[in-house]
Amino acid sequence: MSDAPLKLLIVDDEAPARRRLRELLDDCASALPLVVVGEAASGREALGLLGSTPADLVLSDIHMPDMDGIELARHLLKLSLPPVLIFTTAYHEHAIAAFEVHAVDYLVKPVRVQRLLTALQKVPRLKPLSGAKLDKLPAAARRFLSVTERSRVVLVPIEDVIYLKAELKYITIRTAEREYLLEESLTKLEEEFGQRFVRVHRNCLVAREAIRGFERHVSAEGDAHWEVLLRGINEALPVSRRQQFIVREIGREDAG
Amino acid sequence: MRTTVNQKPLPLQLPELRNLGTVLRILVAVNAFALLAVLAREQRWSAVPSAWLETAALLEPHLLLNLLLLYMLAPWLERLPYRIGVLCILTLVAVVTLTLNATFTKLGLDPFASDPPRHLAFALLSAGVLLFYFHLRAKALSPAISEARLQALQARIRPHFLFNSINAVLSLMRREPRRAETALEDLADLFRVLMRDNRQLAPLADEVELCRQYLDLEKLRLGERLVVEWHTENMPRDAMVPPLVLQPLLENAVYHGIEPSSAPGVIAINIFLRRGEVHAILRNPYQAAGNHHAGNKMAMDNIRERLALHFDAEASLESKMNRESYEVHIRMPYRPAVVAQSEHV
Repeated sequence: MSDAPLKLLIVDDEAPARRRLRELLDDCASALPLVVVGEAASGREALGLLGSTPADLVLSDIHMPDMDGIELARHLLKLSLPPVLIFTTAYHEHAIAAFEVHAVDYLVKPVRVQRLLTALQKVPRLKPLSGAKLDKLPAAARRFLSVTERSRVVLVPIEDVIYLKAELKYITIRTAEREYLLEESLTKLEEEFGQRFVRVHRNCLVAREAIRGFERHVSAEGDAHWEVLLRGINEALPVSRRQQFIVREIGREDAG
Repeated sequence: MRTTVNQKPLPLQLPELRNLGTVLRILVAVNAFALLAVLAREQRWSAVPSAWLETAALLEPHLLLNLLLLYMLAPWLERLPYRIGVLCILTLVAVVTLTLNATFTKLGLDPFASDPPRHLAFALLSAGVLLFYFHLRAKALSPAISEARLQALQARIRPHFLFNSINAVLSLMRREPRRAETALEDLADLFRVLMRDNRQLAPLADEVELCRQYLDLEKLRLGERLVVEWHTENMPRDAMVPPLVLQPLLENAVYHGIEPSSAPGVIAINIFLRRGEVHAILRNPYQAAGNHHAGNKMAMDNIRERLALHFDAEASLESKMNRESYEVHIRMPYRPAVVAQSEHV
């Protein structure tokens, strides 16, 4: 382990910041064998790269377009061998306060070479950030859901999701094209994405934007129930008795 | 006027007699005085409206003539020492009142039996009370002006920008030392303006130059993602404006419009003179996803406050959100720099 060079991935949306970090890593190379396996301009790009090029350590900025550093950390956990992640940040009051509290590693930009070297030497002893720890960091809702398929992380943009349905062990993500299996809790997803989805049933969240309308069905025994009709796919989902009020609520929004 | 160590309290000054805000305040106040007088005089409530109308009919020619003369004499009056200025205004009011009174009586237009001493007393008292009010108002606002200077410093420049820029300059040090030099000089200029006394107005051309330097620094770190379009062909370079009236808005535009997207975005800046007013319109892309508004409002409130302190009702700041772009529109009166002042700049 100790003689194999440390494999690094640099993630930052600003090209000068990536270049600076590379220069500093070159300076460290004499003290510690390392190799930069790639550079990415966003969390999303980093995940794409890591699919084909594994790394031991990801040095990632926090504030980035497309996918920020904290969301990247969440998706990294879906990899079979998640790399260690150290955040680099110029200035983020809130994030840094939370990092201090929860002992999350970070480097402040401009980074000093000595600080960087110390951090690199610590890497073999570090573990990837746990999901529990990440939950405690202040973060916006994710822009993607991620699932593991054939040991790769597949990203599903949240705006493509039509519904989320809890089955026995998994949650089914339905998009216009296909289904994915997700290992998360429906309640937590509902909390995270709040207004985007509406609960139509104990086990099902539907994207508000995907609701085309509601239809009333009467069974042979005379029981009536509502079904929600969806945009983009030819499926209907039952609305539970407890959630029936949403039929009127959403119908009114459409009228208004 | 633009020395940086001027920490003395602002000197006593007459109100800006050509300012719309001042004129409106005088009009409202004098008519309110008339209402008070009528209320005190009339026995019955029902008689008040018609009595007030009659009084106003007599009052308005006096008031408007006074305002017109003050407007014409304003540049001269405002240059006088405060006490002499006050004396001149009171004399003017007395002369106008007596002259108009005599004219109306001669023409037989005066509905009341003319009573010059009473009218003179009302006119002088009104003028005195108003001058006292404007004096108090200036006093109340002058700490606000020095406060605004502090706020201008605190609300400006996100630390995020400073540290990212220093990091970008560091990245140039080894390979492009000359570009690094320019960037550091820009940074120094930016902070020189941020840290000086920003109570006095400064030429628009200076503010625009500062904005260019700021955007150059942002371009250094954001590269192709930041596209800037300047439209300043009809810009009055000598217009005096509050310092840092545009730069913080550009900082918002970069932070909210450019940074959240990996695709290139355009910031358009359009500055022009129209009908004696300076207009500045800034437009940037609006990113619905992942936006953070907290800092935005603070900068806007700060600028709005400083515009009000300097120009009262004659300046405005409006913002509007379109589907994909965000636009800020600033309107200020055109006040060209006085040559004598800019000589020692």
